[in-house]
Amino acid sequence: MSNEATLHGHAGIDTSHDIGHGEHDVHHHKETFITKYVFSQDHKMICKQFLITGMIWAILGGAMSVLFRLQLGYPDSTFPWLEDILGKWAKGGKIEPEAYYALVTMHGTVLVFFVLTGGLSGTFANFLIPLQIGARDMASPFLNMLSYWFFWLASVVILCSLFLETGPASGGWTSYPPLSALGGASEGSKAGMDFWIIGMALFVVSSLLGGLNYITTILNMRTKGMSMTRLPLTIWALFFTAILGVLSFPVLLSGLILLLFDRHAGTSFYLSDIFIASTNTALPNEGGSAILFQHLFWFLGHPEVYIIILPAMGLVSEVMSVNARKPIFGYMAMIGSLFAIAILAFLVWAHHMFVTGLNPFLGSVFVLLTLLIAVPSAIKVFNWLTTLWKGNIRFTPAMLFAIGFVSLFISGGLTGIWLGNSTLDIHLHDTLFVVAHFHIVMGVSAFFGMFCGIYHWFPKMYGRYLNNTMAYIHFWVTLAGAYLIFWPMHYEGLAGMPRRYLDTSGWHSFNNFIGLNRFISTVAMIVFAVQIMFVFNFFYSIFKGRRVTTQNPWGANTLEWTTPIHAGHGNWPGEIPEVHRWAYDYAKDGREFIQQTEPISASESKH
Amino acid sequence: MSTIFLILILLLGFLITFQIAKASEYVGILKGEKKNFEQNNRINGFLMIVFLVLGLIGVYWCNELYKGKILGESASDHGEKIDTMLHITLLITGIVFVITQILLFWFAYKYQYSEKRKPYYFPHNNKLELIWTVIPAIALTVLVGFGLLYWFRITGDAPKDALQVEVTGKQFNWIFRYPGKDNIFGKKFYQNISDKTDNQLGLLWDDPATHDDIVTNTTMYLIVNKPVKLIINSRDVIHDVGLVHFRMKMDAVPGTPTTMWFTPKYTTDEMRKKLNDPEFDYELSCDQMCGKGHFSMKGIVKVVTQSEFILWRAKQQSNYARVMGDKKPATPAQSDSTQMKTAKLNNEAATKLVAEK
Repeated sequence: MSNEATLHGHAGIDTSHDIGHGEHDVHHHKETFITKYVFSQDHKMICKQFLITGMIWAILGGAMSVLFRLQLGYPDSTFPWLEDILGKWAKGGKIEPEAYYALVTMHGTVLVFFVLTGGLSGTFANFLIPLQIGARDMASPFLNMLSYWFFWLASVVILCSLFLETGPASGGWTSYPPLSALGGASEGSKAGMDFWIIGMALFVVSSLLGGLNYITTILNMRTKGMSMTRLPLTIWALFFTAILGVLSFPVLLSGLILLLFDRHAGTSFYLSDIFIASTNTALPNEGGSAILFQHLFWFLGHPEVYIIILPAMGLVSEVMSVNARKPIFGYMAMIGSLFAIAILAFLVWAHHMFVTGLNPFLGSVFVLLTLLIAVPSAIKVFNWLTTLWKGNIRFTPAMLFAIGFVSLFISGGLTGIWLGNSTLDIHLHDTLFVVAHFHIVMGVSAFFGMFCGIYHWFPKMYGRYLNNTMAYIHFWVTLAGAYLIFWPMHYEGLAGMPRRYLDTSGWHSFNNFIGLNRFISTVAMIVFAVQIMFVFNFFYSIFKGRRVTTQNPWGANTLEWTTPIHAGHGNWPGEIPEVHRWAYDYAKDGREFIQQTEPISASESKH
Repeated sequence: MSTIFLILILLLGFLITFQIAKASEYVGILKGEKKNFEQNNRINGFLMIVFLVLGLIGVYWCNELYKGKILGESASDHGEKIDTMLHITLLITGIVFVITQILLFWFAYKYQYSEKRKPYYFPHNNKLELIWTVIPAIALTVLVGFGLLYWFRITGDAPKDALQVEVTGKQFNWIFRYPGKDNIFGKKFYQNISDKTDNQLGLLWDDPATHDDIVTNTTMYLIVNKPVKLIINSRDVIHDVGLVHFRMKMDAVPGTPTTMWFTPKYTTDEMRKKLNDPEFDYELSCDQMCGKGHFSMKGIVKVVTQSEFILWRAKQQSNYARVMGDKKPATPAQSDSTQMKTAKLNNEAATKLVAEK
């Protein structure tokens, strides 16, 4: 954007702000509970709405995993209380196969989409974009509000599906047809699947409204002096995330609409040559391709994992630099690698499909492109390591989670090199190795990024601190627990144990890990309990936490710490501050930190 | 009762943790924020190194514990290639894993906060960044190179004389079809499928080639040291033919047949002796979510010698004969030598099948 345009844009914003602020003063006493807490257009409130909805989903999704881990860890035991909760889905205290698959499916859907996409991007994009670029609010606060409420609607639809007579969707979070298209093939593919499709469609709408808003805001509403290369890495990460979402979610939506047609309109996009044994009928559909759905799904599905991990990378980069008290190493390389990952994200989807009968030559192209991603990922890891090197590290809870993130990202990223190689994928595809891989690299890592963000910005959100002791327990138990759960799982996968097997007792090859499964389930329950403790800490600290007394408690450079401790709608009471430097002038010229708002002095050294 | 007890313990645990957490916050304020911070920082810095050491020991120990349970030697020639690839990858990623984890936790420990330390202003260094762009690129070139070499060998065309078996998945078991003596799979059409009239695959009886096709469930017979090409289909939803011991896997997609081939190295009996496990069987697992019976969708693969195979096949009644019953005379018993000849002839005719498909 040209200078003139920037100035012009800002002139516009400033005027609108003046009007807005004036109105704000006038209406101040009229702000009702509904406009402040429910249909709020303040990005900070919308952030909290996303965060708390995400936390509720995370507890539900986590609890589902505890339930099916019970079945996996203790296949011979019965738990009568399960029947009290699940009713006919757990007759005699043992989870029925249909219910098990429903739990697995909903666990995946909820955590991938509602927690780690909606909850993570929704929270931090909303909170940090206006605050860190120096804007009063999002480009369109109204669309932003709609984005949350579509998310809420999607949540309600998915939540309702849990209570259906035939149960929620149970074909796996990927919902491959024909299984997901045919009610006769599975109970979960009856009404549950329709709810799933509608819920996901609403979610896509929410994601698009949010994403377009984030992109527009970042491009047009940066404060004076905030050039793109002065943006904190959080904003860059959220920017690429939003672009990925805007370009890939519509493809999922189209795939889901075709699925809906196949289900109800008699079309044959995905269906061909099918005989349903339960009704003893051959379906009339011919000529469809079941694999087409996988192409459409993974064209979103793969970028989706970067939609999850990029914001975490951004948060970690920022927090790591602040707490190592030195600049992030290789700022431009960090942006470059984010960019490379975002581009490659669209070129690797078929690596989920090596064993679908895909043309081997096509497969080889996807191997090459997939393993290329390891290069930008390696650059990021080495840059984080160098950021720590010769720093002066404060182990705030946020910093601990940032370090934990890097550790998990390395561990999970390296197994990606195994799975991205089609030769190894033949053996490892759809085994527990895959489960271990993506839980570490995308599940737990992204959660660590999210925790890192929450611990770091909680004082800005609520004007209070979280309790440190509980935070330390939370971190160490979660880090150790994550490794204890998922590290040994790789071995089960190497032994070829397929995923989504609720009981291996019928198998000679896969029945060697009973003790290990029990161990994993026990650790999973402990880790889950500790997450509940975190949630408790979160809500307790909102009301009773130690008060923040200084504007900039972490000694950070970015703009959000120049706002008042309890910033109102509009963020800065007076003028929006002007920016004079990048966000990472820590330890420069012997000074601990130099905020972005400080003009560059004549005597300052150049980097 | 025990559930209530468990919940009580859990609640008590929470309460105690919470009280300690609260108390330590007050103590922190009394001690002074700075002193409290330094103390916590030292503890966490120390835990970093503890975690690193225990973690690396744990990784080693876990490997010792489970390396014996991850299948052992591959039972197919393709599997050997996959195992080699696995070892190359393990070596490269293993080295990177150990080095980076050590650096990460060591740096965290070493450069923890100290009043005296001045952090080093080090925003970028092009040479370093170039190094760690190029090195991973080289390592990955090696991995891609080996990977694709093996990939094309494994997914290349099956040898012309390969035994052909059609595998069809359905909820929730497997159907195997052998072409019979003419070595041609007869035509089929899914609208013709009927479990009631024992026509699981919808074979068209008008086509004489179907008349000698053998259709069985549960167990698939393969010949040792003879390449086998599986033609994979599905009758309803997507399944996946997973053969862990052979390290092979391929989806079964309704409407779109897929293939894979490999050569079994050991008969089931040889494997039983090798593993000293009389219960051993090669198992065929479904590796693609296919509904509520997914976890139990099991097939058995019996690898036998050529003569055992011929003997087995001679004993099988064709699907056609089973359905038509008395309309067709029972297959006359044949001597072993004739069967051998037939088998050889069959192999030569195998090429036709590919065209047929």
